[in-house]
Order: sequence, then structure tokens, then C-alpha cells
Amino acid sequence: MNENKSLLELKSITKIFAKGTIDEVTALGGVDLDVKSKDYIAVIGSNGAGKTTLLNVIAGVFPPESGEIILNGRNITKLCEYRCANNVGRVYQDPHVGTAAKMTIEENMAMAMLRGQARGLRVATNKQRRELFRAALAPLGLGLEKRLGALVGTLSGGQRQALALVMATVSNPAILLLDEHIATLDPRTAKTVLDLTDMIVTREKMTTLMVTHNMELALKYGNRLIMMHEGRIVVDMAKEQKAGLTIGDLVAAFEQAAGRKFVEDKVLLRQ
Amino acid sequence: MLAPAAVGHLLGFSLYEGLVYGFLALGVYLTFRVLAFPDLTVDGSFVLGASVVAVLIINGVNPFLATLAAIGAGVCAGLVTSLLNTKLRIPALLASILVMVGLYSVNLRIMGRPNLPLLREVTIFSLASQLPGLESRLVYQLVVAAVLGAIVFFVLNWFLRTEIGLALRATGDNEQMVRGAGVDTDKTTILGVAIANGLVALSGGVVAQAQGFVDVNMGIGMIIMGLAAVIIGEALFRPKGIVRLLLAALGGAFVYRLVLSIALRAGMPPGDLKLVTAVIVIIALAVPYLQKRIRREWLPPAARW
Repeated sequence: MNENKSLLELKSITKIFAKGTIDEVTALGGVDLDVKSKDYIAVIGSNGAGKTTLLNVIAGVFPPESGEIILNGRNITKLCEYRCANNVGRVYQDPHVGTAAKMTIEENMAMAMLRGQARGLRVATNKQRRELFRAALAPLGLGLEKRLGALVGTLSGGQRQALALVMATVSNPAILLLDEHIATLDPRTAKTVLDLTDMIVTREKMTTLMVTHNMELALKYGNRLIMMHEGRIVVDMAKEQKAGLTIGDLVAAFEQAAGRKFVEDKVLLRQ
Repeated sequence: MLAPAAVGHLLGFSLYEGLVYGFLALGVYLTFRVLAFPDLTVDGSFVLGASVVAVLIINGVNPFLATLAAIGAGVCAGLVTSLLNTKLRIPALLASILVMVGLYSVNLRIMGRPNLPLLREVTIFSLASQLPGLESRLVYQLVVAAVLGAIVFFVLNWFLRTEIGLALRATGDNEQMVRGAGVDTDKTTILGVAIANGLVALSGGVVAQAQGFVDVNMGIGMIIMGLAAVIIGEALFRPKGIVRLLLAALGGAFVYRLVLSIALRAGMPPGDLKLVTAVIVIIALAVPYLQKRIRREWLPPAARW
């Protein structure tokens, strides 16, 4: 496959919440983004910059007000979430969102493995599939492959998020969306999950959008970095450009692009 | 004290009742627990199943076909409730109350009058009573209920493990994840509520044939009875896994009917049944909350829906 082929194209996407009321908010104000196949993009921006809205629009949680989304040459702008799902794997900030607590690990994996496929009246878990689940879970090094029958509600937050990551990637989606997926984890667990992410994304050469608040991570991971501000993409750097940059350089780039002083946005600088 | 024979009869009768009302409990378990869809259609779909069976049997239809038709009618009632919820966005509780109330008129229309006797008609019980060894009323009632119970149990136990069944269970657990996995949760909800009301109508159809009459008011409070059975089953059997959850719903119905039978024999007026049942459910719902209050845990405000 051509390295420079567009996988996902966003063309002047706008998203306005509570349109026509006094609470009207323009979450996305004309976003253009051309995601190449195998891109691993870190997305940064302060609260309210539109990062999560961007992922929601791509995943089809709600349609944009205007603009087009083209995935693999197909217009998916109007597809609703469950129809988008065979293309999109997603890990959420909250580990509880990506996994079902009252079901076992293998049942969760079976749900994820059939993402986007027709579901029938075959029994969902069998010996062959269990082997597949074990093979997918073993690289995590968390021992989950030996606890396939355990209820997911009994796992720790980090374990659940690692499971959610495997579930989001096991069906080999066209694009992986990571929505601040390590933000609620403690630093050590966060590092483990981040390393696992890097391992899976690199191994599967998965096209990935990773939203983060953490500038250091954004500089360290991925081959491309985009910065959002007030519903627009204000910085878009390739790997060569971001190599050797410091957080200070990034803040300067932000100030230049956004046309304002970078003040009091401590969250953005959190390490 | 009761004689051993009387105790045996009491246990046997409660077992039979536990099974036939157990179908209703399984339906309630499917909606309230599996789908997290508070479905009150039950009071209507129970009578719907009974009235469909009665009218068909009186018109000479084979009782097994009539029972299947009752399940079909219950499925339709469940479809209406779940479509009101998923397609018109009416909250589940309200949608099901609307259907329950509407069904009262539908049931009256089906029957043509408020009650229908079935005493000398051919029912699945009268057919079973002609088999050798099944002459005694209790024995044939138990055998019919056990055979039906086994069929329902095995079908549900298989279905909830299939790919579709798994998606249905996950819908009540984490709807967001299920949509993310590419499943239309509207469809799984519709399917689940339809199956649940099919089970409730089956219960109504079998009860009608066993007691030999249908009354348009026989459904009042059935939802609370089903809830009581589910709660008792969960409390007594602390089930994990599908098999034990299904058995807990049936077991809960058995224990509930047994306690009621004992209370009636001890002289409780039958008219007090509904109040006692309601109080049992209130206590069961309040205890976990009060336990948390005593431990001074923080609790969210009461849910309105």
C-alpha cells in the first residue's frame, strides 16, 4: 500500500452544539484533516478545543453540521455509530465505557471480535475463539489470558483499560481512536497502558488518532502531531518537524498559531 | 402440624406454580436485570396470553397451537412497548404502562366479556391427564410444567450464549460499548423485550389452562410478583453465570409461591396477597439502600425514571 495514500479525509467539518439557543457552542469550526494510512497522530489542545468532538464525529456518534468525512474513499459522514464501528476502534478516557462489567473477559472479547460483523445464533465463545483471545491478551503481560472466565467488574482500572485497548484493536479496524485513554490511570499504570498502546499500534501498523492533554507524550509518541484550538487545527507537524522540539517550542508554536498568549492553561502543561 | 402427605402436596403444588409463574419471572429477569429496561407491560401481556389461549381453545384449536399463539401475542405486545421506547423515545417505564393500560381493552375485545370459563375444554393439562400414570391432578400439572420449564430453560440458556444473546446481555450492561462494537442497541432492546413478553404470555396461557378460566383482571400485580421472584432468587441463590441466574429466577418463583401457599393455609385472607407482595418487594429494594445509609456511604439522589 502506498505510504502516502489518504485513509481518512475530513473536509471543512463543523459541529455546533445547541444551535440557535443562547448556549450555542461551535465545537468544530471547519476542520480539514488528511490522515494518511499508518499515521500515528497525537492530538493536543486545551479543554474545549474540540478534540473529543472530533473523535465523536469520526466515530459517527453524531453527524457534523457541514463537511464531509471520507474513509477509504467512502463517504461515511452520515453513518451512525454502530454502522461506523467496523471501521473504527475506540478507547475512552473512562475504563468503564469500553468494557462490560457484568460479563466475563471472554464474553467482552467475543463482543469486540465480532465488531462490524453479522451476529448469528452460533454460541459466542468456543475453543477456537478462546485460543484467539488468549493470543491477543498474552502480550499484555497482565495474566488476563489465564482469567478468561473472570467478570470484568473484578479487574482494576488499568487492567480494564488494557483489555479495552485489545478489544478496540482485535478486529483490526481501519482507524484507532484513543480519547485520553490514560488520563484517569495512576502514573505507573498509565505508562504500562501507553507502552502497550505503542506496541500494538506499531506492530499492527494501525492508523491512530491519540488525543492527549500531555505535551510530553505528544512529542514522544506518534509520527505526527496536531494541535487544536477553539475548534480548529492550528498546528500540524510531521515527525521530522517535531523531532527535537521541547515543550517550550510547542507552547511558542501554539501562541503563534492561535494568535494569543499561552496563559493559565495548566492542564495543557501537565506532565 | 401438617401430615407428611399434605407437606408433599404443598411442595409439589408450589413447584408446579413456581414453574408456570417462573416463565413470568424469567421474562421480568430478562427486562429488568439483563436489559435494564423496566418493563411493566407484564400485567397486560400475562392476560393477553391467557385470553388468546382461551378464545382459541374454545374455538376448537389444538391447545399446543393455542399456547404457541399466546407466546406470539406476547411477543407483539413486547414489540409495541420496545418500539415506543426506541423509535419514539418514550421512557421505558411510561411506554410499558401505556401498553399495559391499552392491553386491558384489547384483552376485553379478544374475550368479548370480562371472564371466560375453560372447564370442559381440551387443554394441554386435560391432554396430559389422559396419559398413563398421570391421572392425579398434581402429577399431570407438575409433569406439564416441568416439560415446558425444561424447554424454556434450555432454549434461553442456549440463546443467551449465542452471538446475538451476548449482544443483548451487553446492551443492558454497557450500551455505549455495544454500539461501539457495531451493534444496533435498538434492535437488541426490541428483541429482548419481545422475548420477555412472549415468556410472560406463555405463563398467562398455561395458568389459564390450569385454573380453567380467564379473568380480565388476573394480571393485576403480576409485574410485582415477577420482581419479587427475581429478587428472592438473587438473594437466596446469589447466582453467577447464566445457568444459575436462570435457575434463580425459577427458584425465586418457587419460594415465593411456597411462602404464599403457607400463608394462605395459615389463614391469611387471599385479598391481602397483593399488599404482602408489594411490601416484600419494598423491603427487598430498601434494604440495600438502608445498609449503605448505616455505613454512611454517599448516595446519589433517587432516580425518577
